[in-house]
Amino acid sequence: MSVDQRALRPSASFPPEVIREIQRAADEGIYDIRGFGAKRRLPHFDDLVFLGASMSRYPLEGYRERCDTDVTLGSRFAKEPLRLKIPITIAGMSFGALGANAKEALGRAATAMGTSTTTGDGGMTEEERRASQLLVYQVLPSRYGLSPRDLRRADALEIVVGQGAKPGGGGMLLGQKITDRVAAMRTLPAGIDQRSACRHPDWTGPDDLAIKIVELREITGWKKPIYVKIGAARPYYDTALAVKAGADVVVLDGMQGGTGATQDVFIEHVGIPTLAALRLAVEALQELGMHRKVQLVISGGIRNGADVAKALAMGADAVSIGTAALVALNCNKPVHEDDYERLGTKPGFCQHCHTGRCPVGIATQDAELEARLEPEAAARRVRNYLTTLVLEAQTLARANGKSHLLNLEPEDLAALTVEAAAMAGVPLAGTGWIPGRA
Amino acid sequence: MSELDVAALGLRAVNERLQSVGPESNERVFLLRNPMGQHALACGLDAEIEVTIDGHAGYYCGGMNSRAAITVRGHCGVGVAENMMSGCVRVTGNASQSAGASGQGGLLVIAGDASARCGISMKGIDIVVGGSVGHMSAFMAQAGRLVVCGDAGDNLGDSIYEARLYVRGKVASLGADCVEKPMRPEHLAELDALLRTAGVGADAADFRRYGSARQLYHFHIDHAGEY
Ligand code: SF4
Repeated sequence: MSVDQRALRPSASFPPEVIREIQRAADEGIYDIRGFGAKRRLPHFDDLVFLGASMSRYPLEGYRERCDTDVTLGSRFAKEPLRLKIPITIAGMSFGALGANAKEALGRAATAMGTSTTTGDGGMTEEERRASQLLVYQVLPSRYGLSPRDLRRADALEIVVGQGAKPGGGGMLLGQKITDRVAAMRTLPAGIDQRSACRHPDWTGPDDLAIKIVELREITGWKKPIYVKIGAARPYYDTALAVKAGADVVVLDGMQGGTGATQDVFIEHVGIPTLAALRLAVEALQELGMHRKVQLVISGGIRNGADVAKALAMGADAVSIGTAALVALNCNKPVHEDDYERLGTKPGFCQHCHTGRCPVGIATQDAELEARLEPEAAARRVRNYLTTLVLEAQTLARANGKSHLLNLEPEDLAALTVEAAAMAGVPLAGTGWIPGRA
Repeated sequence: MSELDVAALGLRAVNERLQSVGPESNERVFLLRNPMGQHALACGLDAEIEVTIDGHAGYYCGGMNSRAAITVRGHCGVGVAENMMSGCVRVTGNASQSAGASGQGGLLVIAGDASARCGISMKGIDIVVGGSVGHMSAFMAQAGRLVVCGDAGDNLGDSIYEARLYVRGKVASLGADCVEKPMRPEHLAELDALLRTAGVGADAADFRRYGSARQLYHFHIDHAGEY
């Protein structure tokens, strides 16, 4: 007897993936841990458009008239701020979550583009220090591998309060990725499932943070810019508190930010979208009279030059990319498809960074897999990708008559949805209406 | 001996002076007067010098110390000798929370009591406390040794990794995965040596040893309630 296809009514509340997850939970009795970032649809930069030039806004000639891209980060207190040629940095990703080749490739690409890359939980590797002309050194709750020597040979310090994929969550690195080298850097036994702390061991709250920042400045002679990285939980208050605590730069990671290993429920259900977070942080800086004085770096779902330009137009001083840089390295590329299948996935859907069996040799400590990522060629791909982002952003800036990417402004933007208009604080296209404003 | 007046010179000038002592310098002994509870005093030192702080210090005194021998004649605020790499920090009075937090090496001696989270995330440092320690001490302690001559507060050694804990007095409670372990001759010997180095007149035989049961090293559903 054949089934009448029209009788198969899918449930909106219980689609196949929800049924599968309930049954997986019933079998295993534990939450799902995975990599990558939020997969649900969220209001994002795609929901904004640039207005472009008009009678009253003159465009600049593409290829003929300059559109500059440089930005200085950390000019508030640091004697040696970072001068970047492009307003796109590489976000913090740990050696451990990523292999040494991936870290090296990111460093090389950033160096070639005149921008910075960032360490992650687990400390600084020699490969990434050598490969990176400008290296931001993260100070995380775990303090794995933290040393004054590395603080001093870093170009900037980033105190990590939170991460967009899991504001309030600590790190996880499952045993299959804790090789002898990773274990030694973290002072842990090899092969254990490692849980990083979610709170710093020696400070809580903004008053303590202010003192911690003074200590780090004293140790580094007040030379290095100090960034404070926050996940998008309460970005209005956290930005203001970071400024009050003495940060030179605020790095804000929206909920679309990636992770090497986190509970799925955390990734999808904690934090607010990058679009909303960015507006709130810019408002906080403006109200304090610190916009452009304390620089704001936004991350979480930046994929193309349009995202870059829109983030800058909304008031960010720079963007940071993590997942997109990995994708440029080859993440989710349709090669070695058998290995994706062994993980139970396919190219385009992979989120298996936590397994250590990355089919393209990025998120792994396995020598054989890592050999699939040749640092020089991989760096070239990231460099090409960054170049494309810059060219795209410049194209949009010129179309809006801007001779510097940082001259883009909210009034160049319109929103396509009511949600995006409310979150980004720009008018709904065709109206002068910004929901929530009088 | 060189005397530096913290009140007159200011924090930056004092730290800069201490941080810039070169290997050939004859100046190796410093006395800091009027510390007035300043934060970040004598942090980031990296030379075999002796620094005595004549009074109380604020947060992060001796933070990230390498090689220097620092003595605080008084009490210390939060995070004394945090992330110390090597050398020695001695406190004649009490220490606030997170003493020796994430320390990777060297010796921290606190003659009096230490507050909560003493030795949190310790990664190789040795800490000897003459008095008692507060709750959550040695939380997530990875390596190194914490010696408590008095009592320990609640949840000692919660989520501990490979650090070794020695307590002479009462332990209010042990944290997740922390258990009492037998004192074998090698432990008595290492504790005895540590007490001697710290200059604490206690008998190693009076202490009990605690460490990791290593039951939580791998995620397992049956342990979900333990964390
Ligand atoms: S391809 Fe590699 S880096 Fe990309 S999601 Fe899969 S495991 Fe992670």
